[in-house]
Amino acid sequence: MSKIKCAIIGSGNIGTDLMIKVMRTSKLLEMGALVGIDPESDGLARARKWGIPVTDQGIDGLVAMPEFADISLVFDATSAKAHARHAAVCKEHGKQMIDLTPAAIGPFCVPTVNLDEAVAARAMNVNMVTCGGQATIPLVYAVSRIQEVSYAEIVATVSSKSAGPGTRKNIDEFTRTTAEGIRRVGGAEEGKAIIIINPAEPPLIMRDTIHCLTRQTPDQQAITDSVHEMIAEVQQYVPGYTLKNGPVFDGTRVSIYMEVEGKGDFLPKYAGNLDIMTAAGLRTAEIYAEQILSGSFSPDVSAA
Amino acid sequence: MDLKGKNITVHDMCLRDGMHPMRHQITVEQMVAVAKAMDEARVPLIEVTHGDGLGGKSVNYGFPAASDEEYLRAVCSVVEFTKVSALLLPGIGTVDHLKMAVDCGISTIRVATHCTEADVSEQHIGMASQIDGLDTVGFLMMAHMIPAEELVEQLKLMESYGANCVYITDSAGYMLPDDVTDRVKLARQELKPETEIGFHGHHNLAMGIANSLAAVEAGASRIDGSMAGLGAGAGNTPLEVFIAVCERMGVETGVDLFKAMDIAEDLIVPMMEQPIRIDRDALTLGYAGVYSSFLLFAKRSAEKYNLSSRDILVELGRRKTVGGQEDMIEDLALDMAREAGTL
Repeated sequence: MSKIKCAIIGSGNIGTDLMIKVMRTSKLLEMGALVGIDPESDGLARARKWGIPVTDQGIDGLVAMPEFADISLVFDATSAKAHARHAAVCKEHGKQMIDLTPAAIGPFCVPTVNLDEAVAARAMNVNMVTCGGQATIPLVYAVSRIQEVSYAEIVATVSSKSAGPGTRKNIDEFTRTTAEGIRRVGGAEEGKAIIIINPAEPPLIMRDTIHCLTRQTPDQQAITDSVHEMIAEVQQYVPGYTLKNGPVFDGTRVSIYMEVEGKGDFLPKYAGNLDIMTAAGLRTAEIYAEQILSGSFSPDVSAA
Repeated sequence: MDLKGKNITVHDMCLRDGMHPMRHQITVEQMVAVAKAMDEARVPLIEVTHGDGLGGKSVNYGFPAASDEEYLRAVCSVVEFTKVSALLLPGIGTVDHLKMAVDCGISTIRVATHCTEADVSEQHIGMASQIDGLDTVGFLMMAHMIPAEELVEQLKLMESYGANCVYITDSAGYMLPDDVTDRVKLARQELKPETEIGFHGHHNLAMGIANSLAAVEAGASRIDGSMAGLGAGAGNTPLEVFIAVCERMGVETGVDLFKAMDIAEDLIVPMMEQPIRIDRDALTLGYAGVYSSFLLFAKRSAEKYNLSSRDILVELGRRKTVGGQEDMIEDLALDMAREAGTL
């Protein structure tokens, strides 16, 4: 079966992990290029070793590569700030963009909740919300698809070692974008996101708490079943997505306590926050790849 | 100890740290009454925010009786002498909250992070320091968890982002006077001479006053406390007591001692939902090095799942939880109840 060629912009931890996932696991995608801005970057060195075309000249370098013409899909694993230009260039060249930054130019995509919608809308740029969003929005939705959620709040606790400089410099983008995703994709009327960084050694595995306030008394059985179903779906691409406790019911409060262990492809297992991002991005890309290969996907260039 | 002639700024925490034991239910009217009294007593600076800072309104920390904006607008409009500060924890609040608080009329913003994570405050401190006349403070919580050398590196980061004052914050009330002396002394040596140093204590081991004095001796010029100790855990350094001690020692605070005593006795104590004292759980916070605002959450979970709150707190300390991880408490209590076979 032929594969779709993809490029990854960003040769840091996320970009490298994503590259390894594409190479190891994807039946539909293959690496067309890895794009960095630092010639000394470890990610670019690995790619070179594996025979993957690389550039250290950023997006301009990518466009200038002879391989660019064959690339259908581009992942952006840089920063929200850099994404605006990457998005514009990729759109101009008709490349499908999967945005792993919190820029949120395109519609949000959480694979188990609204991937089909994003594909059906022929969006040229989809945004993967945030790591905390990928870890929690499926469960907000698992509650809101049963009954009305007037307010949902998530607390994501990540280890210091897994919080990169991008996240640290722009922590507000995390809280804003995640809260927005909780509303728009999770289906809660109001959303709030909190992120805590914990430096304990050995590093703690990503923890996520999801609190939903339902408008009416919660239907405990239906919500519990829905939550378990959703967890099983997410586990298909993040096997370490684990329910620790709950759902706990207390009046109209529904609380779910999760732990997210990564696969350890490149990033350490405790960094479930980064793994769920790359896994969700890959999952999304594969659905697009499937559609492109079957000829049923015609991106709407005038859309996002 | 000779502190004679030193001049310090005391900063009252009743209307922010005091929100923790009050389950964030202090009303706007109560805040206004307290703020007016502080103004009359010539308390230079008071903090007004949800206990967990701007944007702290949440299931995780508690829904307050009024919004940060309502509190801040009401308090800022009634004080003349006294200036108002707000607290911001990046990851909970954002620069949008900061702008709102500035618009309400605060004079000081304090940006707080866990002691090892100063770099998440760059965005907020950077922006605050660009606002004309805004006193910008970096606040490193749970400062007992790392040695003085590492702590000072983090303080320097906050200074480099634009903080004109940095705080060593004993959120767990764990430190002993020597711990404070080591940290403040080194900070004083390493930071720019114009950068002020502050100390924020909790009274869980009854060290509030002693630690604050140690801080002043080592070079701190801002000291947090709260009238009648209204604050998380066994409360903050009881401010009226500290002011009295300062008077005895010849340290200038500018606060009217008797008026401070009256605020504590006539306004704050009657407001309390329970006595703020070193009970078994508050002592455990100080002993085990646990974030003071976990206290009521641990008590509640202990009651709900039939566990010992002390056991919960000790385990939270063992797991090296940090400020803000209140969601961990019910999760842990469920694990403990399951182990005990009572779930």
